[in-house]
Amino acid sequence: MMNFPILSSLILLPSIGALFLFFTKGNKKNNFTVKYVALFTSAVNFFLSIYLWILFDQTTSEFQFVEQRIWIKDFINYKVGVDGISILFILLTTFITPLCVISINNSIKERLSEFLIAVLIMESFMIGVFCSLDLVIFYLFFEAGLIPMFLIIGIWGGARRVYSAFKFFLYTLLGSVLMLVAIISIYWLNGTTDIVELYESGIDIKYQNLLWLAFFSSFAVKTPMWPVHTWLPDAHVEAPTAGSVLLAAILLKMAGYGFIRFSLGLFPVASEIFTPLIYTLSVIAIIFTSFIALMQEDMKKLIAYSSVAHMGYVTLGIFTIQQQGIEGSIIQMISHGLVSAALFLCVGVVYDRMHSRLINTYGGIVSIVPKYSILFMVFTLAALGLPGTSGFVGEFLILMGAFKENFLVAVIASIGVIIGAAYMLWLYKRVIFGKLINNDLKQMIDLNKSEVFILSCLAVPTLFFGFYPEPLINTIEVSISDLIDEYNFRLAGRL
Amino acid sequence: MEVLIITLPLIASIISGFFGKFIGDRNSEIITSLLVSISALFSVIVFYDVIVNQYQENIVIATWINSGSLEVNWSINIDSLSAVMLIVVTSVSALVHIYSIGYMSHDPHKPRFMAYLSLFTFAMLVLVTSDNFIQLFFGWEGVGLCSYFLIGFWFKKDTANKAAIKAFLVNRVGDFGFALGIFLIFYLFGTVNYSEVFEQIPNITDKNLLFLGITFNSVDLICLLLFIGAMGKSAQILLHTWLPDAMEGPTPVSALIHAATMVTAGVFLVVRCSPIYEYSEFVLNIITVIGMSTAFFAASVALVQNDIKKIIAYSTCSQLGYMFFATGVGAYNVAMFHLFTHAFFKALLFLGSGSIIHAFKNEQNINNMGGVWKKLPYTYSLMIIGTLALTGFPFLSGFYSKDAIIEFAYLRGNTTGYYAAGIGIFTAFLTSIYSWRLIFKTFHGNYNNKEIKIDETHESPLVMLIPLVLLSLGAVFAGFLFKELFIGFEGLSNFWRDSIFFLKPLSTDHPPLWFLMLTPILVILSIPLSYYLFIKNKKLPEQIANINQPLYQFLLNKWYFDELYDVLFVKPSKKFGIFLWKFFDLKIIDGFGPDGISNIIKKFSVKANKFQSGYIYQYAFVMLIGFSALLTFLIVK
Repeated sequence: MMNFPILSSLILLPSIGALFLFFTKGNKKNNFTVKYVALFTSAVNFFLSIYLWILFDQTTSEFQFVEQRIWIKDFINYKVGVDGISILFILLTTFITPLCVISINNSIKERLSEFLIAVLIMESFMIGVFCSLDLVIFYLFFEAGLIPMFLIIGIWGGARRVYSAFKFFLYTLLGSVLMLVAIISIYWLNGTTDIVELYESGIDIKYQNLLWLAFFSSFAVKTPMWPVHTWLPDAHVEAPTAGSVLLAAILLKMAGYGFIRFSLGLFPVASEIFTPLIYTLSVIAIIFTSFIALMQEDMKKLIAYSSVAHMGYVTLGIFTIQQQGIEGSIIQMISHGLVSAALFLCVGVVYDRMHSRLINTYGGIVSIVPKYSILFMVFTLAALGLPGTSGFVGEFLILMGAFKENFLVAVIASIGVIIGAAYMLWLYKRVIFGKLINNDLKQMIDLNKSEVFILSCLAVPTLFFGFYPEPLINTIEVSISDLIDEYNFRLAGRL
Repeated sequence: MEVLIITLPLIASIISGFFGKFIGDRNSEIITSLLVSISALFSVIVFYDVIVNQYQENIVIATWINSGSLEVNWSINIDSLSAVMLIVVTSVSALVHIYSIGYMSHDPHKPRFMAYLSLFTFAMLVLVTSDNFIQLFFGWEGVGLCSYFLIGFWFKKDTANKAAIKAFLVNRVGDFGFALGIFLIFYLFGTVNYSEVFEQIPNITDKNLLFLGITFNSVDLICLLLFIGAMGKSAQILLHTWLPDAMEGPTPVSALIHAATMVTAGVFLVVRCSPIYEYSEFVLNIITVIGMSTAFFAASVALVQNDIKKIIAYSTCSQLGYMFFATGVGAYNVAMFHLFTHAFFKALLFLGSGSIIHAFKNEQNINNMGGVWKKLPYTYSLMIIGTLALTGFPFLSGFYSKDAIIEFAYLRGNTTGYYAAGIGIFTAFLTSIYSWRLIFKTFHGNYNNKEIKIDETHESPLVMLIPLVLLSLGAVFAGFLFKELFIGFEGLSNFWRDSIFFLKPLSTDHPPLWFLMLTPILVILSIPLSYYLFIKNKKLPEQIANINQPLYQFLLNKWYFDELYDVLFVKPSKKFGIFLWKFFDLKIIDGFGPDGISNIIKKFSVKANKFQSGYIYQYAFVMLIGFSALLTFLIVK
């Protein structure tokens, strides 16, 4: 059984589903079938990844389920494998995708099968990103992931979709070009792009700074870090709900993963040098974007800005190089994946009914849509980091780690927690509570069964991991402590 | 059994919250009240066990967070301190549950209300039985959340929603300090469990930390940060603004959360951390100053307020100030004693005022009441008991606890101590005046309500009166009965054992007799004085107010704290947000970033377009210029 290529299957399965959809001509009549094919493929993939998690050995930081095939001789190998850092992201991807597929009941009316193809292809690429063990393969998946997202925004988006899609594409591509250059230089320096080998040999200290900056430019855009975050609100606002969900829940996590895997793993000396830069940008992101979120009138923009703030905590946590900080960051990413996905879905729910994302359209709907109000409340609380939700565990661990490294940074970042509560509660109050002024809202229908199902699927892990994050922490614990040991060892040896 | 004490309210909350629709209003009321009452009964048994058998136990339920060196458990820690809190929380909660059946009888959302109440009880129990700071923080934010829900329970009222958010946010400011305190503790000790932290405290008393170029003593800093958290939750001056607004919630909520339990969590925190605070003379003095300032400030504001609930809210604020200055002078056990007695008489006053509001059909302004003491005989007499207990009338519960605080402040023997004692006595006098003002204006004098006739006012149903009677028993006897146990010199070492730590044993002297007599005499004298001021000669207070108009306005507007915060924090935040968004993000980053670059490229390509005009003579001209330029360059070189 161990020889079964489980990771490759995870990568390929959604693509096969997409191929199948490609050959079934999409028209209005067989939309139903098309959707079930996509759902079936992604659900099978989810169960496969659960199986992977069960088989996964938590006691070692070695890469597991490694597969290697020669692609271009002496140059690129197709090599995949997982360790504690990557496996959770794979789970997140396979978990969110089927929910996304279910969610597109009302929002996508045109070209449904093409949309689903884009979603499935994207799932393939994302899983590829999280398990590739070769820089070139990683780069391919990393960049290819842009294409389906670009199409999703550009074709199924709102009024300003073309502007947003191009902004998104240019921003992220510009950063990535530098990463490509860096990968090529690494090949010239070390003669390999195999990550495992690179971990062992290390990279010459002379070049680390430049290489680190090149990788950083790509990851910073994708995270997004301040000040290269302005594509995110636009992309979110124009993207259809399912697109926003994928973007927030999975796409943004690639960069956080990249920081841990590459910046810390390959360039420890440079990471140490640039830590103050990361701290500064993270703290600015947390504070500035929280204030901006406070003043938003568009619900999606508000959540988009809050995502920037949340990712600010993530980058802060990663570069604390503390067990608590990095573990907190990963949990925060998982949590943000669940919560932001759910919040975008929540916006999608009211948007489908009222066709408005403006906050002042709503108000006083709690007694009209009680189920919606309860679930929305759960995610609001998770977003503001209330203890008992996964958001708290992540945020608290990050701040704890940060406090060990730098008092001032931790203090300022903690202020973000206050503003975070302000914008989320104020949003909730304006949308849900108050007097019913807009009479059209009276016709609003509460959540249907599939919406309840999706949101509950997201709410359950959010709460469960808030009370009992052990399954997550146990999975990543060994990998991270080894990563930190290795990092400090390298730093001492100036490698 | 300890597990049941904690989980029963949670179960009640789940049943009522999720299945309330199916089991009906009445059933969910009965189930929640019953389960919380059982929990209260068990708490009594545990309390008894603690007193008699010196029972002490730490039950670990499960691991919560285990990351690197950080280990946090879900646990139930029973010792004297948590046993006292268990009693207070569960008994008041049970009574409030029962009372709510009557009070909320006209409300369409009863199961939801009961579910929140039970959930609150659960969170509060988690808070008091924690054995580490992070579980404490869980309960801490949990009660804050329930408070948020309950203040905003009438979600259609905009004021209620605003008050709810305000409460949550002001508390978050406090929690910010609290969280930093926890981080600092973890940084210094590598653990967040009470016992391990407390053990190591003596080792680090000389350790200094550098922050922003200022050197802090680490123990002082921990104490200060934790105290900021306590200030938020216990509505101490500067972070008190949410408490009066919180009165937008239904009255049973005010009684349970904003009088008896949640707001005392801050006091509980300081007492729980007595092994840390004892090493920080500096912060203890700060606590004394903050405590007495709050006591005085709140009492002064309460003098002129007209909303019955706001008066009692400020009174709560003021009494919490007393508790804090008790801890500040090192008399932790006295603070706990006052917390204990206060829970009974303040809950009694709130529920009593609820009964009045109920009788007047949701009227809260005391100027629109009066003359109804014959119509509401039970409520009237119960309110009198509550007022006597609050003001510290001899031999009622407040007398024992509040006077003990003033005595210990005096016995502290330093400047802050004397100062605190002086303010304490004066505030006790003010307390008495505003409390009797409330009674006289509500029950005596002429009937002033224009909207409903006096005959329409009615006494509350039994289901509301019985909890009141039980609470009044507490208000009368709690002081006398538990005096020895809590603050008696014999009981001190026996009852509290390890749960409270004294670096130096408390003074066992007695203050001079004149000092002991001072407060009771003032309190008794204030009754005829208030009667004269508010019944006999009503013109006089008005005249005083007119002469001192600025002072009166200052008090009426609560020392302008809300306005100040609005100018200092709320408006600048909004402006800052708009500035960052419209100017910084859109103009600067986007303007010079993607939009700017794409504009430049666009302009450039338009120019480049003109280059390809298709006219031969233009191309030839350019070639000629280029050629001659090249030639010139080569010649010059």
